[in-house]
Amino acid sequence: MTEVQTYPTIDEAARAMARGAAYMGGGTIVMREVNAGTAAPVLVRTDDPTLRQLRAQGDTVSLGAGVTMAQILAEPQLDFLHPVARRVGGPQVRNMGTVGGNLFAAHPYGDFAVALLALGARVQLAGTSGARPVEDVLRDRARQVGLVAAIEVPRPRHGSFGFTKVSRVKPKGVSILSIAVLAPQTGGTLRGVRVALGGMGSGPLRSAAVERALDGQRLDRTTLEKAQSVASDGLQPPTDALASAWYRSEVVGVHLRRLLQSMESS
Amino acid sequence: MAKIPVTFTHNGTDRAAFADPGQNLLEFLRRGLGDLSPKYGCGQGACGACTVTIDGQTQLACLVLAETVQGRDVRTAAGLADGATLDPLQEAFMDHFAAQCGYCTPGMLVSARALLDTNPTPTREEVIEAISGNLCRCTGYEPIIEAILSVAGRRATA
Amino acid sequence: MSAQSGKNGFELRKDLFADERDDNLNEIGKRIRRQDIEGHVTGRSPFYDDHLFDGLLHIRCVRSPHHHARIRRIDTSRAAGMDGVVRIVTGADVPVNLNTLLSLLDFGLDDEPVLSHAKVAYKGEPVAAVIAATEAQARAAAQAVQVDWEVLPHVLDVEEALKPGAPTVNETYPANAFVYHGKYDHQKLRYGDVDRALAEADHVVEGRYEMSPIEQAPIETCGAIAAQEQNGRYVCYTGTQALFFSLGTASKVLNLPSSRLHFIGGTVGGGFGGKVDSIHEPLAILGTMLTGRPCKSQWDREEEMQVGAPRGAERWYVTDGVMKDGRITARKFTGYFDSGAYTRLSSYAIIKGVGHLPGPYTIPNVYADVYCVYTNRTPATAMRGFGITGVDFAIEAHMDKVAERVGMNPVDLRILNAYRDGDMKAHRRVAKNCALVECCQVAAEKAGVRLSPDPLAATSMTGGGGPRGALPAHTATDENGRVEGFSSGSYAQKDGVSVQPVAASKAPAMATGQRAPGGGSTPPQGVSAPSPAPPAPVPSQPAAKKPARSGAMRFSSLSGFRRR
Repeated sequence: MTEVQTYPTIDEAARAMARGAAYMGGGTIVMREVNAGTAAPVLVRTDDPTLRQLRAQGDTVSLGAGVTMAQILAEPQLDFLHPVARRVGGPQVRNMGTVGGNLFAAHPYGDFAVALLALGARVQLAGTSGARPVEDVLRDRARQVGLVAAIEVPRPRHGSFGFTKVSRVKPKGVSILSIAVLAPQTGGTLRGVRVALGGMGSGPLRSAAVERALDGQRLDRTTLEKAQSVASDGLQPPTDALASAWYRSEVVGVHLRRLLQSMESS
Repeated sequence: MAKIPVTFTHNGTDRAAFADPGQNLLEFLRRGLGDLSPKYGCGQGACGACTVTIDGQTQLACLVLAETVQGRDVRTAAGLADGATLDPLQEAFMDHFAAQCGYCTPGMLVSARALLDTNPTPTREEVIEAISGNLCRCTGYEPIIEAILSVAGRRATA
Repeated sequence: MSAQSGKNGFELRKDLFADERDDNLNEIGKRIRRQDIEGHVTGRSPFYDDHLFDGLLHIRCVRSPHHHARIRRIDTSRAAGMDGVVRIVTGADVPVNLNTLLSLLDFGLDDEPVLSHAKVAYKGEPVAAVIAATEAQARAAAQAVQVDWEVLPHVLDVEEALKPGAPTVNETYPANAFVYHGKYDHQKLRYGDVDRALAEADHVVEGRYEMSPIEQAPIETCGAIAAQEQNGRYVCYTGTQALFFSLGTASKVLNLPSSRLHFIGGTVGGGFGGKVDSIHEPLAILGTMLTGRPCKSQWDREEEMQVGAPRGAERWYVTDGVMKDGRITARKFTGYFDSGAYTRLSSYAIIKGVGHLPGPYTIPNVYADVYCVYTNRTPATAMRGFGITGVDFAIEAHMDKVAERVGMNPVDLRILNAYRDGDMKAHRRVAKNCALVECCQVAAEKAGVRLSPDPLAATSMTGGGGPRGALPAHTATDENGRVEGFSSGSYAQKDGVSVQPVAASKAPAMATGQRAPGGGSTPPQGVSAPSPAPPAPVPSQPAAKKPARSGAMRFSSLSGFRRR
């Protein structure tokens, strides 16, 4: 049966993470496993209040790992993240699900992590100084990477960040795929483009092909067509109950183009 | 199996009960307290039939570890009425035929109540968003939306 | 147009059939409260799981990971010693471990175990049930039950399953098709001479249509709780949609007179046809009989989706003979219902579906061969529009195809061919209370589709009857699909021998891999072998008397009561 250990601080919780233990944040992932009888035998959690803290001012915002989607939506300074947080779950899940947990949510969940990847977020792990690129944490997430304490997100220039999530059911549905684009412009030319995709591989990933197609270009018709045509290049999306690999490959470019167009017109 | 004592407020009343390790709040409320208004539909956070509020926020009881409600304020559909006087939302659901089988109804009402408590005059879109985490399979969304809006309208003009 | 808008946005089109209807309606168009609504909004409606019992035990099934496999051995020893486990039930514990739901109506042969002991024929088929103090303990122990499987070849496609050499899915029907009327491997409809009419038609339009299974997905998953009452009776709270059906099934498989069973239901958290299979009631009662404690059997959501019986898949081939002016003179169907591994209700769905052919159209020559096919998929059962919805999709898709071929507006084509009052239907009943013409006209109006003058002026009440109301002068018949070894006298007979329920504990393991050459000539062991006289189960009810013919008022599912 499940044993739950609760610690007052994240550092103590991190030290308690022995082999085979699992960390429980908002519960939306781990409690499913508990209910299904497939959870780790030991669950570690903490009531550390620092995990719920967020700092929304300045060029880099800081989100405690336990910050919920609802907290983000309640913070006007985090408006660039609102379109992302709003597409996570329904209201109840947004009141429970956390930004830290989203980094570990397998497809068809985990769309917030896709946005963090495009935004170039960095992850602070408990008991360590400095922060790691979110890429590293996503890459290593199947292994024990340590406990996430907070996530630092560079604030994008106004209008340079866009996000879309494709689902069959609206307004609340799991993800067929999601796309996040950071596309800053300098004098009408795209510079430092980051494009992240969810549902197009084993986890959130960056699309080098689309980034190459956009970087250094003007966002004109030719560029849009080029980005659309290479959107699935080199990717092996999954086939599951929601959509086939073929379908995902066919539509990802269409949705990417629409997203880019909507960013350009807004 | 060591039991875990939990003291909390349940529909405005102080309660103390024992939870099993790993027990979810839904089972704890239903089997432990005998509050049968939250329903099991999926155990996965997909259907919303177990929706309750914790400190005023809607949450899914099947995904809440029972022991974590220690010291908190839990409300369910069973606590909506004030004695024999039903909540205006309950009356509106009855008047608008906003339930067929009734299984999703308690969770739906809790979500609707939470919406009106924070936003007494929601738009239709806001109502749809607020109940988007509650599935109804008898296809009663329209009457449900109408019922919620009717209460919102009444309050708006009151 | 005279139309009344109701408060809920619907319209009462009182211009239609105005002289056929009283307008002093007391309820329609008025807002009323459901009689059970106060319980729903207060959370007090008593769903089956809302009954608390001290010491309630939880039942979880051990399920097959394979589509098709022989069970060599079930080892429950490790699971039996685990925390909280009270009892592990296998097929040997089930008094009458072979049943078919419609045996209560004397329709079909017993073909499905409650808990399989010889082989499994679909992924998720239960082979044992663990009874434990908590649900978590029952889950853990169910995972610890060891089953030694011998995986068998499987078949998942209806047409593949009917080919010679396909694996036998269901030993009761070795050729993988339900046997109709004790004679045929399919249900027939013969009306007129389709082949001649096709030969004389200006166009022949062919189509192939397929529907996937659909899960009913009620928010309340299927389940039941049983407990001991007094005087040797058992109470069973259940979410069944078919209370007396489930009562009869439990009585049969548990070999208990129904007077010892007290079923309480009627409060159902959504069903849509998915709660008629009577899976949980026998298990919960059996658990209570074996443990002396209240027992609950309940599917979790994953089980509801994986092993809960869906609307089955269907495949239809439709061939129409059409004249240049759009009149359809012949319609030929070959249909395959995917019943999954066992019959459940698919056999009956086909009877109902064939009665519906050729759809709401008057076509003088109609032919159908419809097969109820066993495959190694989850057994199928009822869902809304049971037996009709799938073929209606095929028919209406085909109507569009025909319209395109003859160059007609598809709504015009439908009105031209729509049945009128007085027309003879292919199932040899005169059509009454027809309303398709008017439905098409209103739909066209709403959709902004411009109709040709004749269809616009048509009504359901004129143009029918006369020669259209006569039976065909000649109907071509055949003996295709003839099957031997089944008796036509009663569906409960095979080889003319009344099938006795077989106590699993005494029955030999069902012989497998002994498919009769030629198919269907050898009854499988364990099915037709008379058992050593177990106490007689509840005698099946005599077929219900036909209701008296309608008088002046007749109920139509299309339009409610209409005066004739």
